[in-house]
Amino acid sequence: MSATAAEPWIGRPLKRKEDPRLIMGRARYIDDINAVGQLWAAFVRSPEAHARIASIDTSEAKAFPGVHAVFTGNDLDLEAPLPMAWVPPGVEVKNPPHWSLAKDEVHHVGDPVALVIGSDRYAVVDAAQLVSVEYDPLPVVVDLEKAYEGGDLVHADLGTNQCHEWSLGGGDLDAGFAAADVVVERRIVNHRTAGAAIEPRGVLADYRAGSLTLTSSTQVPHFLRLFLALQLGISEDRIRAIAPEVGGGFGSKLQIYGEEIALAWASRKLERPIKWVESRTEGMLATHHGRDQIAYTKIGATRDGKITAYHTKILQDLGAYLMLLTPTIPSLGAFVMSGVYDIPAVQTDIVGVFTNKMPTDAIRGAGRPEATHQIELMIDQLADELGMDRLELRRKNFMRPESFPHETAIGVVYDSGDYPKALDTLLELADLDAIKAAAPAGKLRGIGYSTYTEICGLAPSRVTGPSGFGLQTGLWESAMVRVHITGAVTVYTGTSPHGQGLETTMAQIVAQRLGCDPQNVEVIHGDTGTGPQGLGTYGSRSTAVGGESVARATAKIVDKARQIVAHQLEAAVDDVELSGDKFSVKGSPDKGMTIGEISMAAYIPENLPEGMEPGLEELAFYDPENFVFPFGAHGCVVEVDPDTGNVDVVKYAAVDDCGPAINPKIIDGQVHGGIVHAIGQALFERIHYDDEGQLVTSNFADYALPSAADVPSFDLDRTETPSPVNSLGVKGIGEAGTIAASPAITNAVLDALRPLGVTFINMPLGPQRVWEAIQEAKA
Amino acid sequence: MAGSVRVTMTVNGAQQSAEVEPRLLLVHFLRETLGLTGTHVGCDTSNCGACTVHLNGEAIKSCTLLAAQADGAEIKTIEGMGQEGALHPLQEAFWEHHGLQCGYCTPGMIMASADLLERNPKPNEEEVREALAGNLCRCTGYHNIVKAVIAASETTA
Repeated sequence: MSATAAEPWIGRPLKRKEDPRLIMGRARYIDDINAVGQLWAAFVRSPEAHARIASIDTSEAKAFPGVHAVFTGNDLDLEAPLPMAWVPPGVEVKNPPHWSLAKDEVHHVGDPVALVIGSDRYAVVDAAQLVSVEYDPLPVVVDLEKAYEGGDLVHADLGTNQCHEWSLGGGDLDAGFAAADVVVERRIVNHRTAGAAIEPRGVLADYRAGSLTLTSSTQVPHFLRLFLALQLGISEDRIRAIAPEVGGGFGSKLQIYGEEIALAWASRKLERPIKWVESRTEGMLATHHGRDQIAYTKIGATRDGKITAYHTKILQDLGAYLMLLTPTIPSLGAFVMSGVYDIPAVQTDIVGVFTNKMPTDAIRGAGRPEATHQIELMIDQLADELGMDRLELRRKNFMRPESFPHETAIGVVYDSGDYPKALDTLLELADLDAIKAAAPAGKLRGIGYSTYTEICGLAPSRVTGPSGFGLQTGLWESAMVRVHITGAVTVYTGTSPHGQGLETTMAQIVAQRLGCDPQNVEVIHGDTGTGPQGLGTYGSRSTAVGGESVARATAKIVDKARQIVAHQLEAAVDDVELSGDKFSVKGSPDKGMTIGEISMAAYIPENLPEGMEPGLEELAFYDPENFVFPFGAHGCVVEVDPDTGNVDVVKYAAVDDCGPAINPKIIDGQVHGGIVHAIGQALFERIHYDDEGQLVTSNFADYALPSAADVPSFDLDRTETPSPVNSLGVKGIGEAGTIAASPAITNAVLDALRPLGVTFINMPLGPQRVWEAIQEAKA
Repeated sequence: MAGSVRVTMTVNGAQQSAEVEPRLLLVHFLRETLGLTGTHVGCDTSNCGACTVHLNGEAIKSCTLLAAQADGAEIKTIEGMGQEGALHPLQEAFWEHHGLQCGYCTPGMIMASADLLERNPKPNEEEVREALAGNLCRCTGYHNIVKAVIAASETTA
């Protein structure tokens, strides 16, 4: 196969290159990898939500057959507590120490207190049950609003449960609300969820002869290596971090986990490879959660529907500690708090609050689903109050297509967008009104919309870095492209895909520019020992930042290739261009060289231009000038059974715009998965702690992860508005569906219930909550 | 740990026998004793179905069965479904229709789908969705999985 002008590689729905190993069961995930001489680990975890550790007796566990060692918090002589990467200039963020194993006090159920290491996977679990821990219970803080107000403390030495306050605003809020004829206020709860990747987390630490190899189901191998160095006091050059095949992440593996550090420490101590894989219950207890915010929102508008001001105060439930990005999450949403609307005054005030629960952190969308849920619910609430059609209200306040790049009231510059076109395309895609009208007798149907944008492609370092937003890192990417002597290509990317299909997407980018077959472009990732540096896969950044760095490295290859061709064919460099599978001379298409022929000339350098280095391999670092802002319009019809409160999604249609599609098949797949992630939150999923801080939802049945039987198929379409930020014109798509869908579902349920007098409801919209809302409205 | 038991079973057409702990789970026997790591563990409570294999021709969840309970049985795992160049129609269909992303649930999904097509060779969308309700996927939103299973049902007689 080759690309032609009519059928280029970019834009083609190719089957994925990564699939053969996955469909044949030949992939190697963490639990498929073992080291010679490997020991197994199990963690002893706190059954108390808040307690002082009075004593730990490990003697019985140590005596158990096959056990090599048992360690507790005070055994681990680490250089520093677990990392948190956000130091916003001028903002105090209280950060209580968080250790791999708790030292004196436990702060949530699942907090690890001891590490048991032995020769057998089953035996270490047995032995862990023999570790005897005496706890002196302390007051437990579970409710976010009560914790914010004061009373019992999660960390007594902080003197408060409030961790930090952070604000972002622009425009004159007072004037905006003064100009409003109508003001609507709501309390919007975005409840706690789990990432729930189907692959549990796992770690294999192998320290030998002064060097550490740590294999982990992580989204961020390069960050992991850095923090292992800082925690263990080992020089970075002596650490290799590997992300093998990773079975989904959704943000839950964008973390530096205590288990990773503790296993590395123990492997160095015992000079043996050690492996641990979490059980699902451990995963629900101790893999970071997401969302868990309460927003008090206020929106003002003139009688004719022009929005004049928007204010949100957010309480964020941090859980018991700050993990890598815990307190930043609602702030990420604040950058797009006003959504797709041109609102002259916007303000977000955030307060982070500690509770005795597992820490929250980034889960698919990270702050942006919450922000979108808020504004899209408020638009419908406002439309209701104004007695105006909710699509008309949206259209009236959309940023105009001709206004891009559009600077919002808070100073964020949206790169490109055409919101009316996305909405028009949605309305052509599905006749939601007809589906609503066809409700069976006794059932209520409602339509919900969500017109959204998000901020992704993390990120321009000058904005996100230490003197800007305050992340203590850059967020560039790098890529190396190596053309082998045969013309086959190996690409090394610093991103770390775990299901996103980047091996295929990046191969298409390279093939398009080199005139080769993507089948002959191998993409290597997830190993600090093999490639260039990078910062991992999250924040819908891997194509917009990582893909662009691949494109830029490839562009350097093309530059050199053209010089070689010009030299060999005695033509001007400017006259050499790629045409089909050949770099040929303009005007004489028969004169040309394939990338294989060029590569041969580069590696057998008998006839290269004067002074040119041999070989054909290039590295590029890329730090974007701006974020990218994907957008779209989603609409759905739900059916409510008023007798049971059950909600079914009857139809879901979505139009998304992530710029020019590189592989439409992969993009659609990302949207499907994203939508179901949000339908899951809207209707089923909830991490629930009881009043004593005990986790009630510790497996997939109780957590209610949606199955195929719970959701419909989707009608999708795309518009393509290129981003001016990168040469590919692309924006991220991994999180878009999740950002867009929860308000569409919630608005639809409200539309269905409005005839019964229900005007507002918070997720998750399970049968009990919906039924109760109906009963309350009746009363 | 009270002693060990000998288990013997036919796995992907080959007879296998080993002395194992009586409490050894079938999934660990397949993965760790036999090295067949295509069968995955996702939840250990039989909710997710990543560990689905065929036992005497029927789909079962190998994380909630002891190896000893499968003594004498015929087991088929994903490794027995197809090979490079000779994929099973379901493997082809999952590939063609992008029915997988991270791939972790995929072996279980394919084994559960094969079981469905054995019982119901021409399922409609609703039947596919009901049949796969015991197999969870976080990546695909199921859309393309359902499409793949229906496509596979159309390519097989």
